[in-house]
Amino acid sequence: MDYTNLRRQIISMKKSLFDQGYLDEQFNQLEELQDDSSPNFVEEVVALFLKDSSRLLTNIEQALEKYPQDFYQLDSLVHQFKGSGSSIGALRMKNECSMFKAHCNDRNLEGYRTLDDSSSSIPASHSLLEQLHLIPWLTQMPPVTPEDEEGACHSEAEAGDIFSCKHKHQIKGPVST
Amino acid sequence: MAVVASETPFHVLAVDDSLPDRKLIERLLKTSSFQVTTVDSGSKALQFLGIHDDDASTVSVHAHQLDVAVNLIITDYCMPGMTGYDLLKKIKESSSLRDIPVVIMSSENIPSRINRCLEEGADEFFLKPVRLSDMSKLKPHILKSRCREHYQQEQQHQQSDSNSNDCSSPTNKSSSSDSSRKRKAEDNEEILPQKNRPRHS
Repeated sequence: MDYTNLRRQIISMKKSLFDQGYLDEQFNQLEELQDDSSPNFVEEVVALFLKDSSRLLTNIEQALEKYPQDFYQLDSLVHQFKGSGSSIGALRMKNECSMFKAHCNDRNLEGYRTLDDSSSSIPASHSLLEQLHLIPWLTQMPPVTPEDEEGACHSEAEAGDIFSCKHKHQIKGPVST
Repeated sequence: MAVVASETPFHVLAVDDSLPDRKLIERLLKTSSFQVTTVDSGSKALQFLGIHDDDASTVSVHAHQLDVAVNLIITDYCMPGMTGYDLLKKIKESSSLRDIPVVIMSSENIPSRINRCLEEGADEFFLKPVRLSDMSKLKPHILKSRCREHYQQEQQHQQSDSNSNDCSSPTNKSSSSDSSRKRKAEDNEEILPQKNRPRHS
């Protein structure tokens, strides 16, 4: 079945987003709010979040180019960005924004580095989160049949439980710190 | 107009400048069986409620001015222009609106901020992101305020012999319902999100 691999890939991607701390249980909350009366809720919120944060990122980039630096404005923009991310469960983004805000507070953005992963930054986090667009597809694809399950690779054994459930597929992420 | 035998859902006005947050709070409220109207600013909230920024203290809201009763207001704290706190103050300053319970939401856990809001008359403070479990805290505030209002009207009825200034409330049989201007029920009209009703002042 064509969808099987795609479905597995998306589940794997989603699990990875949780494992790496990009998403936290707030995202699960969103999934819990999706039902027959609002079947596309997750997709809709994610779309709004990505659209809204694109706008904020542009504003942040523009603000960063200002000289002298308007820390107040920057802090305000990043605060909005942080809030938006927090609402959908974008844990890593939220934490990066906190760091950024702390630097704004110190009025010093020189040498600003995000958390531990030096290749990551707020824009990178954001583009990774664009993968979120794919997650709602899980509920829209036809369910996997038992025959397909046999082809599942070992690393997705955990996802095997989810395959047998027709409804919402919630991969509980690690408890966020 | 149909006589509403069962209770009309409570109507909540949600105020938040963030688009994804508005979507979320709307969903949370609807899932909890509330009717929802969302607006993106404090000034739009005041417009919806029928008062204008500049003459909030002098405008008296006529019975039919409020097309739809608002049973609770939930607002974000941090908003550009008018903050949630500013909005709270305006609501409490308005004789017609001060009895509507107000809930403040904020992503920041700042005790002094929380206290300030509660002292100003906010009924509840939610830390964002708001969860489904928070929704169960809303109804008690609504019921409390309706009881208070019902009691006040009883007092008024006893004092004056005139009928309550009822405009066109249907004869709602429920004993806990208000016969007042605040409960003008309508045919199952869905309040669409972000739809601001035009105000006539």
